[in-house]
Amino acid sequence: MDTGFIIEKFILVAVIFGISLVIAMYSTYAERKVAAYLQDRLGPDRAGPFGILQPLADGVKMFMKEEIIPTTSNKWLFIVGPGLALLCACIGTAVIPWGSPMEIGGKIVPLQVADINVGVLYIFGVVSLGVYGVMIGGWASNNKYSLLSAIRAASQNISYEIAMGLSIIALLLMTNTLSLKTIVEQQHGLNWNVWYQPLGFLIFMICSFAETNRAPFDLPECETELIGGYHTEYSSMKLGFYLFAEYINMFVSSAVMATLYFGGYNYPGMDYMATLLGPTWAPLFGVGVFFFKIVFFIFFFMWVRWTIPRFRYDQLMNLGWKGLIPLAIANIIITGVVIAIIEKF
Amino acid sequence: MESLSNKKKVLEQKPLSFMERMYLPAIAKGMGITISHLFKKEATVRYPEVEREFSANFRGMHSLKRDENGKERCTACGLCALSCPAEAITMIAAERKTDEKHLYREEKYAATYEINMLRCIFCGLCEEACPKEAIYLDGPIVPADYLRKDFIYGKDKLVEAPLEMKK
Repeated sequence: MDTGFIIEKFILVAVIFGISLVIAMYSTYAERKVAAYLQDRLGPDRAGPFGILQPLADGVKMFMKEEIIPTTSNKWLFIVGPGLALLCACIGTAVIPWGSPMEIGGKIVPLQVADINVGVLYIFGVVSLGVYGVMIGGWASNNKYSLLSAIRAASQNISYEIAMGLSIIALLLMTNTLSLKTIVEQQHGLNWNVWYQPLGFLIFMICSFAETNRAPFDLPECETELIGGYHTEYSSMKLGFYLFAEYINMFVSSAVMATLYFGGYNYPGMDYMATLLGPTWAPLFGVGVFFFKIVFFIFFFMWVRWTIPRFRYDQLMNLGWKGLIPLAIANIIITGVVIAIIEKF
Repeated sequence: MESLSNKKKVLEQKPLSFMERMYLPAIAKGMGITISHLFKKEATVRYPEVEREFSANFRGMHSLKRDENGKERCTACGLCALSCPAEAITMIAAERKTDEKHLYREEKYAATYEINMLRCIFCGLCEEACPKEAIYLDGPIVPADYLRKDFIYGKDKLVEAPLEMKK
């Protein structure tokens, strides 16, 4: 392990961390803009041209606000909660391959922080850890609404993680690997997994809506029943952390969806572009394509949020356990049978 | 029983068909509707920069009128204050001096005339009560402010600009 390696990884981590924070920041702005335009409004347009400085203004507001820690709360856990939520949201970006290896000054630099051979498992682990931030925060608030919301979040995540895992198994039957880098490399050009696994993708997408607590599965934040949900008692930047974590989660799950099913940085005509742009710029173009896909998925998340009403709790559980899990199992069986037939003949 | 108006509609609660239970076609349809709104014209008016066009009988801020010679029409009779249901108008009358003839139309005039814009309900009764056609609610929207005292508008804000200034 030489110094060059450490510097290279350090820069990569810093850049990815910065990008995910900026994207989360501007997701809040984009959310309000998308909501506005879908409802024939304009949205925030006062801070800077087109309201482009709105996230900064919001950030300043969050920092300047009075911070209240309820006297009956568990102080230590109350502070740990939002931190954990944000941390778990951020570390998911570590295994995502952002682009094909790039040549900088005669050195091949992989655009991925860690190519571990259990990348998919790692993502799953991190995503399931994310619910601890919500649970700890909700419990530590010592407020019945926060607690109810935390319970909802936990049970929702557990139920949908099963269907999510099962939908991934069908994909893994085809890819034969858990490394995200290899999975992306297999989807060269337009050979994307979504063409082979449309049902799996659908299930995976629905489950990621539930995992990120986004509408129509945003029951933990259901304000008509639970006031503010698990962050009812939170104020100032601790509340900001929770909101931020939600947007980073959205960014990460968009990236995972694009990686697993929509070819990551692959795009039709990439071989031609590689000869045209050379080994330095072609990967960067691929990164751009990848980010385009991510932004599209983030937009999709918002588009769904401003279209579909919230599910009722029993409907949510019905859909998860009686709808998605049997479908996912059927998907595994069909995939398995098809693979067996193809290998036989 | 036969309904009298013949407007009664009996709704049947049918079990959902397979397509309806799948949710997805309905969701796709709904998303089509929302995306179509993305390309529609926004209804928003960017208020301080752009102002909505008002109807001809819109009642906004009051103005105290002058006659054709630029003299104030108000004679401080107090009918507007009397007619005001919100009791927003107060005034103090004064007698016109001989050297003030060019300022006020009649012998009596309002030395101070105040309308509390926080009390005013913009009903237009003062307009109707005025026998001298001195007050009209033909101004713009009353602007927002920070302090209550700043909403009490005196003659400096209410009286129309003099004729020569208008030109």
